[in-house]
Amino acid sequence: MKLPIYMDYSATTPVDPRVAEMMCSFLTPDGTFGNPASRSHQFGWDADDAVEEARRQVASLINANPKEIVWTSGATESDNLAIKGVAHFYSKRGKHLITCKTEHKAVLDTCRQLEREGFEITYLDPEPNGLVDLQKLEAALREDTILVSIMHVNNEIGVIQDVAAIGELTRSRKILFHVDAAQSAGKVPIDMDTMKIDLLSVCAHKIYGPKGIGALYVRRKPRVRLEAQIHGGGHERGMRSGTLASHQIVGMGEAFRIAEEEMAQENARLMTLRSRLWDGLKDMEEVYLNGDLEHRVAGNLNVSFAFVEGESLIMALKDIAVSSGSACTSSSLEPSYVLRALGREDELAHSSIRFTIGRFSTAEEVDYVVDLVRDQVTRLREMSPLWDMFKDGVDLKTVQWAAH
Amino acid sequence: MAYSEKVLDHYENPRNVGKMDAKNLDVGTGMVGAPACGDVMRLQIKVNGEGVIEDAKFKTYGCGSAIASSSLLTEWVKGKTLEEAQQIKNSQIAEELALPPVKVHCSVLAEDAIKAAVTDYHEKRNQGES
Ligand SMILES: Cc1ncc(COP(=O)(O)O)c(C=O)c1O
Repeated sequence: MKLPIYMDYSATTPVDPRVAEMMCSFLTPDGTFGNPASRSHQFGWDADDAVEEARRQVASLINANPKEIVWTSGATESDNLAIKGVAHFYSKRGKHLITCKTEHKAVLDTCRQLEREGFEITYLDPEPNGLVDLQKLEAALREDTILVSIMHVNNEIGVIQDVAAIGELTRSRKILFHVDAAQSAGKVPIDMDTMKIDLLSVCAHKIYGPKGIGALYVRRKPRVRLEAQIHGGGHERGMRSGTLASHQIVGMGEAFRIAEEEMAQENARLMTLRSRLWDGLKDMEEVYLNGDLEHRVAGNLNVSFAFVEGESLIMALKDIAVSSGSACTSSSLEPSYVLRALGREDELAHSSIRFTIGRFSTAEEVDYVVDLVRDQVTRLREMSPLWDMFKDGVDLKTVQWAAH
Repeated sequence: MAYSEKVLDHYENPRNVGKMDAKNLDVGTGMVGAPACGDVMRLQIKVNGEGVIEDAKFKTYGCGSAIASSSLLTEWVKGKTLEEAQQIKNSQIAEELALPPVKVHCSVLAEDAIKAAVTDYHEKRNQGES
């Protein structure tokens, strides 16, 4: 077993060797390096064929028509194009959008920008388990609502929203529905034929493809219109100009092809590993699972260890690559806004660890992580005055802290 | 974030972790910080008849730099008089541990902790006498 152990698959995944091999053959002079937009020679035609094959592979995973796939640089750009594109195109119809407080920053910051442009945004509170309550969503819909944007799988806590049900609701009210599926494509079944989703953001690097490539699904029936955000040569039917990154695109196609083929098996394996991890930790004292366990993607476990501070825990776990809900590590001193939105106290938000496992994780690694986490949490608690107080029966909420 | 050698050393081998009986008249306890801010430090000192700190213990909930700051502090205050201990400045701690600017607040907390412990010691004495 090699150290450190990678358990941060939600941040990004390594490229599957099959994907990497494929990509290499689209770069060098003896490969298919042409510009897919070159219409006058073989190099261009071959590259175009490869790009269209990848488009079919991406469409196939979500059961869509390849013509509904627009290449982008990743899920961030897809989210921007979907939300700003719809808002700008339909602004005469209304200026109200709805999203949720636990969305990725790619959605939230895009919404903030629209607010500066005069749009009005409703940020729904999720339930304590991380899921959006459909009735609360319905109550937030207005005459002038043009778009609802709700993510499929949350990047921090892994919960799966019922996007099929949300789609029924929005379609019946003739409101467009965008889904950020960066964390779900290839992990949770998506069927655009039956789900009433109008726009769907995906990317390659969360599913063993390369970074810097993604796609936006844009529904054709009923047709969804967008205002382009990047102008130029009119590629991608005018929705996103720029020479197509053919090596990235074929990589994404191959990654999606593999995901479609192996998803069922892989999920079963990850579920076993995830249970092994949770079973190894859940009998410890004062350990809390963040987010619903049932409606949850297979590879995610997000746990708070009360009375231990997150950054010191991450430091103690230096042999494993995980991420902390205490954003100290990500250079601001705020606890995770996602955990806060669930109503978790700051202390628990500060002490959370996100373990995300994936294609190359093993049972041996999980066992090592369980032992290490148990030892280090115990060590840090022995050093923690809060643990002392808890053990002495002091209710920490009644203590007057000198805030600084 | 990269930690200095000294922070890592104190974090991995913290000195003087422990607890004293806060009710003892020769013990001063300083508890500073707040859980919601991500750090709480408890420093305890045991003072002899000559006003010299004989022993010091700490427990800290916080990042590695906070743990290192309090561990270092316990080493520094031992053998000092209360007067001397109160002269310890956060800048000295930050310098010794090579704390980056975002972690300077940990050393401030340590300075607050020793001041609070000395104050607590005096207050208990005064109450004991009256
Ligand atoms: C839910 C979600 N949306 C969007 C993104 C951004 O994706 P990308 O890195 O492809 O821009 C991520 C990944 O960080 C994500 O997890």
